[in-house]
Amino acid sequence: MAHLSRHVLPGFRLSLGFTLVYLAVFVLIPLTACGFRVTTLSWDEFVRAAWSERTRAAYKLSFGASLTAAAISLMVGLLLAWVLVRYDFPLKRFFDSLIDLPFALPTAVAGLVFSNLYVPTGWLGRWLYPWGVELAYTRSAVVLVLVFIGFPFVVRAVQPVLEAMDVELEEAAAVLGATRWQTFRRVLFPSLAPSLVTGFALALARALGEYGSVVFVSGNIPFRTEIAPVLIVARLEEFRYAEATAIAVVLLIVSFALLIMVNWLERRTRWWDK
Amino acid sequence: MTLRRTRQDPWYVRWTLTALAVVVLTVLVIVPIVSVFAEALAGGLRAYWSHLFEDPDTRHSIILTLAVAPTAVALNLAFGLAAAWCIARFQFPGRTLLITLIDTPFSVSPVVAGLLFVLLFGQRGYFGPWLQEHGIRILFSPPGLVLATTFVTLPFVARELIPVMEAIGPDEELAAISLGANGWQVFWNVTLPNIRWGLLYGLILCNARAMGEFGAVSVVSGHITGQTDTMPLRVEKAFQEFNLPGSFAVASALTLLAVGTLLLKVTVEHKARKQIEEAKRLAREIGAE
Repeated sequence: MAHLSRHVLPGFRLSLGFTLVYLAVFVLIPLTACGFRVTTLSWDEFVRAAWSERTRAAYKLSFGASLTAAAISLMVGLLLAWVLVRYDFPLKRFFDSLIDLPFALPTAVAGLVFSNLYVPTGWLGRWLYPWGVELAYTRSAVVLVLVFIGFPFVVRAVQPVLEAMDVELEEAAAVLGATRWQTFRRVLFPSLAPSLVTGFALALARALGEYGSVVFVSGNIPFRTEIAPVLIVARLEEFRYAEATAIAVVLLIVSFALLIMVNWLERRTRWWDK
Repeated sequence: MTLRRTRQDPWYVRWTLTALAVVVLTVLVIVPIVSVFAEALAGGLRAYWSHLFEDPDTRHSIILTLAVAPTAVALNLAFGLAAAWCIARFQFPGRTLLITLIDTPFSVSPVVAGLLFVLLFGQRGYFGPWLQEHGIRILFSPPGLVLATTFVTLPFVARELIPVMEAIGPDEELAAISLGANGWQVFWNVTLPNIRWGLLYGLILCNARAMGEFGAVSVVSGHITGQTDTMPLRVEKAFQEFNLPGSFAVASALTLLAVGTLLLKVTVEHKARKQIEEAKRLAREIGAE
């Protein structure tokens, strides 16, 4: 049908032309400029900028906190998706729509609130502090806020797969004498795995680039609670553009790799469905 | 009935998991949202009002956000319509690559997005010296804010429209053309009514992100109080100045925006889905004739 429409429907050149020019102005030229800027550095300079001690500490926290947060998001997301699809309880639709809130809430608001909740006088800090749980301005706070940002990705990736799942598979497993746990592990989990990986990768990608919320909760202490995006901003404020760009390129490469992985997984899953 | 029971978990598993889910959502989402409003209103309504509308810097930030975000949304609306038209209605080499390219801004860290524009338009950027010679300011001024916001929200409308237009198919448009309509007539009278809910859905999401964008805007704004601070940047500025009530007042306005977005989203999402089904049915009838 699409082949046929090419000869009949008008506007192909106009719409494609506009799309390409727009993408060139807003995406391609800026990305190319960034690539060019990095090539003005010699290899040694690049390594010094992108791999200094302070930068390594920042990557370590960025990747460590993001991986931890994505792993927690994975469990929280699976739990929420399971409960929302399989069980009935009062206010279920209300709780279901709450899942999208972190998508819609500006990150600065999330950062402000989380930084204020866990201080010793805060709403939750008040209860945690006597137990020796200090979350404000620590790495754990970074992880916590990244879980808030990331878990909706897992829920929304897993939910449709869980809803569309074939009833007969589970029934067959039960009829053949499998326990609920065995059915979950051997039958349900393998078919959920691709969507779980997609959700994990999306949450991870989002966490790696996150800035707005983390900058409020982490305290941004170099070597301790400074993430890579915060370091980029610090370098920019010192007008050390080349160093900022070097770190940015490392982040860009990682996030593009994640994007390609997610695309590949989605295509594979779609092929699997057919 | 007996078969259904094989899919049912025992009651204690159901209760434990449900309770756990409710607790997680309460601590992670409900408590933070409630606390925004509690903190904002802690000093009473009068103080809240004055923090929000009588502080000149905050007032300016509200006006700036109400100018920058709609501009970015309008740009991405035009882009989304054009991209959806060529991708969903035509086959051409590089089509898949184009779709991937549209998605790239989602995988770029907001800070890096801001950096890209600093590298282009900053004093030491590629176009910086030329711009300075001609007295044009892009960085540290509203045009820079619009650029960064547009980059970050670029995929929203297009991503929403492409699947909608693919699902509806070209039959109705082809029928209109065969009856003698011209391109714009087809677009205004057939395509646009068919995709209006999907379009609105994309616009709502795009606008929420545009108004709430922080990282990218923070890098290009230069943080000039009363000049280039948008609402999210004002939240940070007030927070750094230990003006917590002021910070929470702005944050509460942004939270209202998020909650409103969600409420709209639920209604519009439903209508968009119904519209696709309706259009598919119509297309089938046209095809049958």
